[in-house]
Amino acid sequence: MDGITRRRALLLSTALVASLGLTACAGTPAPAGDKAGGVVTITVNGMPAKTQAADRKDFEELVKQFEAAHPKIKIDAREGQMDPKTFAAKLAGGQLEDVYYVYFTDPAGLIQRKQGADITPYLADVPYLSDIRPELQKVFKDKEGKTYGLPTGNYSMGLVYNRELFRKAGLDPDKPPTTWEEVRAAAKKISELGEDTVGYADYSKNNQGGWHLTSWLYSMGGEVATEENGKWKAAFDSDAGRKALHTLHDMRWTDKSMGTRQLLEIGDVQKMMGSGKLGMYMAGPDNIPTIVKQFERKYEEFGLAALPGTATLGGGDGFMFNPKATPEKIKAGLQWVQWKYLNPDREEENVTKFSGLGVPIGLPQPNLFGGAAQQKIDAIHVAHANVPQENYKPFVDRSPQVEVKVEPPNAQQIYTVLDGVMQSVLTKEDADIDTLLEQAAARTDTILATVK
Amino acid sequence: MSALPTPAAPGRRARRLRDLRRTGAAGENPKAGESPNAGENPKAGESPATAASRVPATGRARRLRENLVAYLFLSAALICFALFAWYPIVRGVLLGFQQVTFAQPAEWVGLDNFRRLFADPLFATAWRNTGYFTLLALVFGFAAPFVTAVVLNELRRGQSYLRLTVYLPVMLPPIVTMLLWRWFYDPGPGLFNNVLGVLHLPAQQWLESEHLAMISLVLVSTWANMGTTTLIYLAALGGIPGELYEAAELDGASIRRRLWHVTIPQVRFILLITLLLQVIGTMQVFVEPFVLTGGGPDDATVTILLLLYRYAFVYNDFGLASAMSTLLFVVLGLFAGLYLRLTRTKD
Repeated sequence: MDGITRRRALLLSTALVASLGLTACAGTPAPAGDKAGGVVTITVNGMPAKTQAADRKDFEELVKQFEAAHPKIKIDAREGQMDPKTFAAKLAGGQLEDVYYVYFTDPAGLIQRKQGADITPYLADVPYLSDIRPELQKVFKDKEGKTYGLPTGNYSMGLVYNRELFRKAGLDPDKPPTTWEEVRAAAKKISELGEDTVGYADYSKNNQGGWHLTSWLYSMGGEVATEENGKWKAAFDSDAGRKALHTLHDMRWTDKSMGTRQLLEIGDVQKMMGSGKLGMYMAGPDNIPTIVKQFERKYEEFGLAALPGTATLGGGDGFMFNPKATPEKIKAGLQWVQWKYLNPDREEENVTKFSGLGVPIGLPQPNLFGGAAQQKIDAIHVAHANVPQENYKPFVDRSPQVEVKVEPPNAQQIYTVLDGVMQSVLTKEDADIDTLLEQAAARTDTILATVK
Repeated sequence: MSALPTPAAPGRRARRLRDLRRTGAAGENPKAGESPNAGENPKAGESPATAASRVPATGRARRLRENLVAYLFLSAALICFALFAWYPIVRGVLLGFQQVTFAQPAEWVGLDNFRRLFADPLFATAWRNTGYFTLLALVFGFAAPFVTAVVLNELRRGQSYLRLTVYLPVMLPPIVTMLLWRWFYDPGPGLFNNVLGVLHLPAQQWLESEHLAMISLVLVSTWANMGTTTLIYLAALGGIPGELYEAAELDGASIRRRLWHVTIPQVRFILLITLLLQVIGTMQVFVEPFVLTGGGPDDATVTILLLLYRYAFVYNDFGLASAMSTLLFVVLGLFAGLYLRLTRTKD
């Protein structure tokens, strides 16, 4: 220990930052004894924070109802969702919940790293499982078809727009653009209103640029990556890629309809929309309640259109199970997830209760089920809708023609690369699109070479 | 500035120094840079074990007995250190050679993580960017506080008020600083572009331009951190004997010559230390690019820690992140070693 000053130790420890600090708590044994008198206690997350008092109270009530209906199961609910910053630490420290919330971007990696439990053997007893849309179930499956989780929410990217700005710019808010040329023209008109009004905004920071560029590529008929003979390769150095980037470049530099401030992320753009300074941006329906709540706006102010083109990016969320959970806990957890989130039988009761509490009813998504189950849910939603259904008609009507595609493998790494492409196009007037695509594709190929 | 022999070094001179330290006698002329009563002021970082090893075996038991309570108190700190500083460091280095999922036992992969690290094109970019940031931070961050301190030191009125003003940014939470500067840099209604507009100068893309982004980040960082360094310099300047200036003035030295021949040589050591600390500090730049640019535009501000963060918390690849931090650890260790050597010599 000779020569270890306090400062040096501090320096050294900070040099290793959080990634190492994480490991300090590794090795704590998982809590034992989940059964007491045949009762299984499961920890679940997804409980709303205390600051969302109404949602929290409702969640707690539902837990009580569930426990009353399932006397052999006790729910130990925790706040929060899947947070990549704490996930590994919680898993290492035995603190990860038995049933944990994930976004659609996570399951593939979690399954590959065996950080989720295989729930295939317990699925036979799950009601309505066969009604859940297969493409959503697929997100939680591995190559052999084993299942590791259940979807509980989904979205597909459309265009959220400000109806008032449309009107001001002489555009018909009931007939939003359906092609990228129309989007471009509308954005130009809106930005010509002046007073720092931005026609169209898009993300380009912290992997969100890559996420949105993926949707751009899909809508232009392109792909991010394709599989050939079991090998993945980048596929965006294509006509679709060039078209997407040229459109963005022209909107930013020729039309000047994307504002001057770039390197934006979701919060920035929602703020622009919430302050009434933004005409359109690419987003799922779930963005509307966020803006309304956060910036005290009205639902009537916003419209939703489907993304132009033939396809869009879809995503969502769901629940996975702790790889260290016992079979009893997994079975109990499945009952909770199905009862709380995937339950057409409780829809009427829920919706009746929520419609009066300001919870938005009647947004076009999530659409978790197919066929009769979804029709039943939709009918209930329409009957109790408290948000303006007609504002979402352009989205709903065109949705059947827009294919929903999932994210590419190793999505986050690829998004990092595509972030750079987005940034170049939006910050450099002389960006060389061909070279950008070529270089990004080469980097993506290296990333995809690791896909197993 | 020459180095002292280490305590373990044999020979007459070492023994003589040992005696000197123990007795605190100032009879002999100590080596340059060695304070005569160093024995009473154990050098920073010297562990009690080392100190004890210098005492002859017969005295050791007695010393141990006498200082038992002190050792007890010390052991608490050492245990805390071992638990919260050393254990994570060792684990971190080991993780660099493993593939970890935390769901299953870690798998040893040898140098695999390092190989993958070198294959990542962003790896070189991150080191280059960090080097660039450090260099810029030295140009701005090293000169600015020194100049500020010299100016403050010359002031006869309002010095304490200005000291507080200079120190104020240090007290702001980093995230507040970042959001404030984000508004300064905003290409639309931002402060800087408005000022440029008033002066009929063209507006700048502060954070959106590849060439300006890093400089913009360094400005934030300098502004936020210069308060502490300025205080250190002020303390050093305050310690310069006034006679030196008086003598220089009698000799007719101008302000510039006094600065060059009196001030700078007198605070030379402090300048060197802050330089090293600055290198160590700025190489760990994270908050600025994370909040302001996210590494963009076009990877122009991807730094080592930002990349490390991505490996760990975006890609969930702790092996890769740990390999990266081990490399950073080695590089910073070199600087830390240099720092230690210098401070030890000064004692």
